[in-house]
Amino acid sequence: MRYAMAVDTKKCVGCSDCVVACQTENDVPIGFCRDWVVERMDGTYPQLEVELRSERCNHCDNAPCVRCCPTGASHIVDGGIVVVSHNKCIGCGACIASCPYDARYPHPKGYVDKCTFCLHRVREGMKPACVAVCPTKCMYFGDLDDPNSDVSLVLKKRKYKTLIPEAGTKPQLYFLI
Amino acid sequence: MTTRRQFIRISAMGAGAVMAGVTGYKLFASGLTDGQKATLAALTGRTPTYCEVCFWKCAGWVHKDEKGDIKKITGNSEDQNCNGRFCPRGTGGVGMYHDDDRLRKPLIRTEERGKQSFREATWEEAFDYIAEKIKVISAEHGPECIALFTHGSGGKYFSTLLKALGSPHIAAPSYAQCRGPREVAFQATFGETIESPERTDIRDTKCLVLIGSHIGENMHNGQVQEMSDAIDKGATIITVDPRYSTAAGKSKYWLPIKPATDLALLLAWINVIIAEELYDKAYVEKYTYGFEYLRDHVKNMTPEWAYGITTIDPTVIRETAREMANAAPAVIVHPGRHVTWYGDDTQRLRAVAILNALLGSWGRRGGFYRPETFELPEVKHPPFPTPKRSWRTEFPDMYKMADTVLANGLCDATIPDPSRHCQFQAWIVNGTNLIETLPNQENTMKAIQALQLLVVIDTMPMEITGWADVVLPECTYLERYDDLRTGPHRKPQIALRAPAAEPAYETKPAFWMARELAKRLGVIEYFPFEKMEDQLDWQLKQVGSSLEEMMKIGVKTFDRPYDDLYFAPDEDVEFYTPTGKIELYSTTMEEAGYDPMPKYTMHEEPPAGFYRLNYGRAPMHTFSRTSNNPNLTDLMAENSVWVNPRVAKEWGLSTGQYIHLMNQDGKRSEFPIKVRVTERIRWDSVYMVHGFGHDQKKLRRCYGKGASDTNLITKVLVDPIMGGTGMRGNFVTFITDLGGEEVAS
Repeated sequence: MRYAMAVDTKKCVGCSDCVVACQTENDVPIGFCRDWVVERMDGTYPQLEVELRSERCNHCDNAPCVRCCPTGASHIVDGGIVVVSHNKCIGCGACIASCPYDARYPHPKGYVDKCTFCLHRVREGMKPACVAVCPTKCMYFGDLDDPNSDVSLVLKKRKYKTLIPEAGTKPQLYFLI
Repeated sequence: MTTRRQFIRISAMGAGAVMAGVTGYKLFASGLTDGQKATLAALTGRTPTYCEVCFWKCAGWVHKDEKGDIKKITGNSEDQNCNGRFCPRGTGGVGMYHDDDRLRKPLIRTEERGKQSFREATWEEAFDYIAEKIKVISAEHGPECIALFTHGSGGKYFSTLLKALGSPHIAAPSYAQCRGPREVAFQATFGETIESPERTDIRDTKCLVLIGSHIGENMHNGQVQEMSDAIDKGATIITVDPRYSTAAGKSKYWLPIKPATDLALLLAWINVIIAEELYDKAYVEKYTYGFEYLRDHVKNMTPEWAYGITTIDPTVIRETAREMANAAPAVIVHPGRHVTWYGDDTQRLRAVAILNALLGSWGRRGGFYRPETFELPEVKHPPFPTPKRSWRTEFPDMYKMADTVLANGLCDATIPDPSRHCQFQAWIVNGTNLIETLPNQENTMKAIQALQLLVVIDTMPMEITGWADVVLPECTYLERYDDLRTGPHRKPQIALRAPAAEPAYETKPAFWMARELAKRLGVIEYFPFEKMEDQLDWQLKQVGSSLEEMMKIGVKTFDRPYDDLYFAPDEDVEFYTPTGKIELYSTTMEEAGYDPMPKYTMHEEPPAGFYRLNYGRAPMHTFSRTSNNPNLTDLMAENSVWVNPRVAKEWGLSTGQYIHLMNQDGKRSEFPIKVRVTERIRWDSVYMVHGFGHDQKKLRRCYGKGASDTNLITKVLVDPIMGGTGMRGNFVTFITDLGGEEVAS
């Protein structure tokens, strides 16, 4: 089993619904976030291109945050999902520094927090909160080992990219282009 | 081509910014958070609602934690408006409930109007005060001198109160400040209006044409969802906008039009469709009236003619016209929503309607469908008294096609003027921040100062509440029952709003307020049900449901009485127009003395050093009503002014710099606004998101953040046909020297 997510940049409108849905689902305090939206623009008027994409933890196969964690709080669970055990985290911030995607934040309660692909929902057969709420249905989630999962099907059909592949982290967040 | 790159993290800036100082956190127990637990409990404990953060009214579920605290809101999968997916504002609706700046108690003003000096009052006191004033005003000036401005569910109950008292003066700014011209134009052409949610069949369209409409930034949920579905199915999107909007970024064609020239482009498209015989001949023959007149009328309005006006290449005009025709009838030239721009808006929307008629998209799959509204039994009460006076008499021979009361008309008719008889003496304002809603704020304030009574009902201390004599604190939509939502949509559907929590503080539902006032004003017979839930149950039982059932399902769908979502092939359709046909040549408009076919007229252009002020929406906010919502402010806390790099260079502006804007009348923005230098805006205009720059200090989160566009809209281009207030005829320049002024942060 290998969980992964694909985000369709052709459909994302950058509304940030994924951000607020994640905040209310996971009690992320206001002022912090586990996912966010990026706008990238190229060109000069009127030859322009804008890419909008919802970003979060890449749940890397080769996760630097897990390797550098001194207490073992950052670890890998079901289907490659990277999580932080809040009770083991000492808030040292090594993982924050090691993450090329800037995906982690220090929770005011003293631990480092990040996207879990909504593991608690996934275990109940539900989709992550961001995927479930997205009005444009631009996010696909599922098991890459299952050829019929939403994410496998869309990655077969469409061109995609990952972010900072040169970091060698083998990210599992794909962007359809 | 030189390439400029921008990389912006749009929302939630927090994570990167607060990385310093992460050491020394105490240990914390792992396990599920309250929100996560709410998910798991959701299957059992949830309350149905429909959203009131905007007026798309998506139906969903409110989830609470074990302590009964509201944690999150999700969509109801049975609901046609949202298909189980709420937009950011709906998801962030929890912030409306949790906002600690909410109005808490009834307030009565203690000093002159405009100074925010209030004392807390009991509900009894507040009602007695209002009732006493209304009685005096009714006796002296007639009940017609009481006006209601409303935007939201509470409007229904205060409408009943006003009608019972004998006043017909009930206005929603969603008409003359927003959709009005579109409804009038489509009524004149097809004999039917567009309504909300729009009857556009975007889901199945092959070509979607957006003219200044920024779906995606305008987050009306179902439309955004269907546009995404259309993208998936390979539909062509054509976007006409001087700004490279989000929708433009999804479009095959982006037409970067010179602002204020859209009507010329529309007429050129009509010219091409007719000249190249691309129109639906059978449809035009069978259903329309006045084709020959139209053909002659647009004969010379060629793409070359339009090029000089719009700056759009004639080849592109032809190519896009052919794209539309190729997709026809599964094509939508979208009528837009906020369309009060230049004062000739009804005529521009007539051109949109005509274009759709030529393409045969009205009544066809992928074009415009026939919506269905669920008919609920109305509450029985005595007939309303007949009003003796109407606002219309104050505007002889003007706005003849306005089919509802104009908010700006009531405002204008409140200002003392020897030529007017029915000066309004009392305003009741529910859920609309008129100061930020009506253009020309000075005018609005002048009207307010002339009033004997201003009652404001709101959940938040908005600018308008600062001017009130009495402020009645309404509970949020999450704490009350309201009337059932009944449509319109593809299928008849009803949705329930039930309270997920007791009203916080001393807030109350609008239904209760209106009824309490009715008691004191001797019109209680118009409110036969004491409790909203009893009325709902009574209504529901007559249509084969019950409040008990609706509490479980939230949304109930019914079958359409007829299989008539689209016209049947060769169906004989009688349109509700004088000729019974789709009127390409409008006999109604001719009769009323207006041009029966749209003509392009040139609009004023910005003087040197000034730029046209364009404004719009951000997906995470609804006008000024969400600016203080803690969850939504977290996504976007202030607006910025978009400036083209060429202009920025000339003025020495850079991204992130705070400046003031000043308009053609010397009106300066009250607060500084951040500059966003971007290629996404034309050099002859600037753009900002509406709803910021609040000067109400009680809105602690958003006070002084960004600038208000309404503040800068002092010139209003009124549509002579229906009285819409065109707001895009204002020009601004930059004041870069802030003179030591501090910026709110």
